[in-house]
Amino acid sequence: MALVTLKPYKEPELYLECNNISPDAFAGKTAAEISELEVREGKTRVLLGDYFEVSGKPGDTAEETDIHIAGDCSRIKYLGTKMTAGSIKVDGNADMYVGGWMKGGKIHITGNVHSFCGIAMEGGEIIVDGNAENYVGSAYRGDWRGMRGGTIRIRGNAGNDIGTFMLGGTIIIEKNAFIHVSTHAEGGCVIIKGDVEGRVGGQMVKGDIYVLGKIQYMLPGFKKIGTVEKDIDGVSASFNHYIGDLGERHPRSKGKDIYANLFVMAS
Amino acid sequence: MPKWITQVGCPYCGSSCDDLEVLVSDDGRKVLETRNACVIGNEIFHHASSPNRPTRPRMRQEDGTVKEITYDEAIDYTAKALLKAKKPLIYGFGSTNCEGMSAVGRVAEKAGAVLDNCASICHGPSFLAIFDNGYPSCTLGEVKNRADVVLFWGCNPMHAHPRHTSRYSIFPRGFFTTKGNMQRTIICVDPRETDTAKLADIHLMIDQGHDYELFDAFRTVLRGHDIPDVVAGIKKEQILEAAGKMKNGRFVMIFYGMGCCHTDGRNHNVDIAISTTRDLNSHTKASIMAMRGHYNIAGPGQVWSWQFGFPYCVDLSRGTHAHMNPGETSSIDLAMRDEVDCFVNVGTDAGAHFPIEAVRHLKKHPFITVDPNICMASEISDLHIPVRVVGVEEPGVVYRMDNVPIQFKKVIDGPDGVPSDEELFDKVYERMCELTETEPIWILNRGHAHGSSTAEQ
Repeated sequence: MALVTLKPYKEPELYLECNNISPDAFAGKTAAEISELEVREGKTRVLLGDYFEVSGKPGDTAEETDIHIAGDCSRIKYLGTKMTAGSIKVDGNADMYVGGWMKGGKIHITGNVHSFCGIAMEGGEIIVDGNAENYVGSAYRGDWRGMRGGTIRIRGNAGNDIGTFMLGGTIIIEKNAFIHVSTHAEGGCVIIKGDVEGRVGGQMVKGDIYVLGKIQYMLPGFKKIGTVEKDIDGVSASFNHYIGDLGERHPRSKGKDIYANLFVMAS
Repeated sequence: MPKWITQVGCPYCGSSCDDLEVLVSDDGRKVLETRNACVIGNEIFHHASSPNRPTRPRMRQEDGTVKEITYDEAIDYTAKALLKAKKPLIYGFGSTNCEGMSAVGRVAEKAGAVLDNCASICHGPSFLAIFDNGYPSCTLGEVKNRADVVLFWGCNPMHAHPRHTSRYSIFPRGFFTTKGNMQRTIICVDPRETDTAKLADIHLMIDQGHDYELFDAFRTVLRGHDIPDVVAGIKKEQILEAAGKMKNGRFVMIFYGMGCCHTDGRNHNVDIAISTTRDLNSHTKASIMAMRGHYNIAGPGQVWSWQFGFPYCVDLSRGTHAHMNPGETSSIDLAMRDEVDCFVNVGTDAGAHFPIEAVRHLKKHPFITVDPNICMASEISDLHIPVRVVGVEEPGVVYRMDNVPIQFKKVIDGPDGVPSDEELFDKVYERMCELTETEPIWILNRGHAHGSSTAEQ
């Protein structure tokens, strides 16, 4: 694998929109060519090299390209957007849209991410060591086709709107989440290892949610149907099994109504 | 002799009443009296004749005082500030006409600005829910003539839309509602006992911030499933009673306000309200409507959707296409994250409505207010440009809360030399074209559209 290192040396006045920081855009270019890639700060066009020191050489294809950003990206948007292969590692925080519309490859952020991390993701893996703000693995506004595949792991807390309109893939929040998990979802799996305030599975048609902590306010549309033993992300425990959202439409298959499943760890 | 002008539109709330009568002085420069208006609407007409109104742009000086300047200087300053900024934000439009909004759209495109309206801090979540889930709505005329079960969720029209209940929702006698309020069942969902709640047959005093759970309970009940004994602080029996009234109604109308779309969950509360409306339609006829705040706050949604494809939070900074994603391109988020470097406040009061931290960030950069009156935003601005009052001194098209366009009239002449929003922003656009040595294509095209000869000459 060929490694390209970007070292931020100047903080932008506003925020940089860097759709170009991805193995797909870097592959087959020289360090000098990468420095010449155009990014945006508001309405002005600037060059990647104006803000980052580029070294190393990418591979010929995205698969063979690893990107290491040796510094904080708190004011950098769209890292790894639409990437299909390769990897990106950031030593620090990243701003909005990390791995948005991502199709493959791996992103590792050692700090926190802002909102819209993994929005409309289709494949690949995102690991965030810190916290995430809102809309982790959510759909874009007005789109009924949310996250379709891949894995997002947030090692810290997350805000609201996790997996809205989700169709597939897995989201793991290792600490607590605020509200609205898998709203409108029709597939996929969300695992919250901490507590959630409420609105878990609202308007949910299909899919699974696991909550290893507590849900403060349970939705009235979820009904307990039993208790099951499960092994979830390295934790074996007994879970209360709920189905729902009973207020929402549900498909029928082989003479049976298909519901979404909510598993809450039995205390 | 003073004369009465009839069928005047009222530039106050989203009800956009168009049955006002206004008595104007001989010289057509002063409003003497109004009929049919609510107290607030009445005040707006009298306010226009206030002797304390500014009639020239006022520029902040280095020592903090303000100095009157000419309109040409103000236009030049605004054009230069917009061109210099990397990402200007133009926000407001609660109280202006569609012509003004369209002119600002042309300026924003030229400036590569973010264009946002008061929906951003008001019914913006409703837009997001509508994108996600549709909008089974109707006109206020249909409410008046058909609705026999009216639900007010987190809104208080008795205070915020004073004539709403008498013109459309509770009291009027309509074609199928000949007995007026005797025939209507009123349900109010509000954590407080508001004056609207006092009028209701059923008042569900919900725990604040649990709207989503209560909607979910209604939906679960409507599909024949059981619910817990208490949801969101409301007893199961009350929920069943209210759900029964709605199912048995001939036409159910849900009006919702900030209490629904600005508690936790925001767009999701509206989203599930829309789903509830859809569910109700398998039992009876049901419709839903946002209680839009200002008389033409539905206007920017209409105008900019036509111009750019999005109703609010329109980021035009890319120059090639419009981008919209509230949370990123919404005014408060942009301000709080220090993402804009010039702010133009048009026909609203960001100084009063924004969080103080957001205003502090915006104040680091040029801050311009375009508004007929003195307001908190005008008093902290670097430049305040007064304009004519729409609906009083300036006619124009406005969109009522049900998205019905209404042509508003002018009743008196504005102060001498004071332009309308449209005139002002067209001049800003022309000045920007001069400064960038580009052709003012929109002005030329508008000449064609109006059939005027300016473009052909």
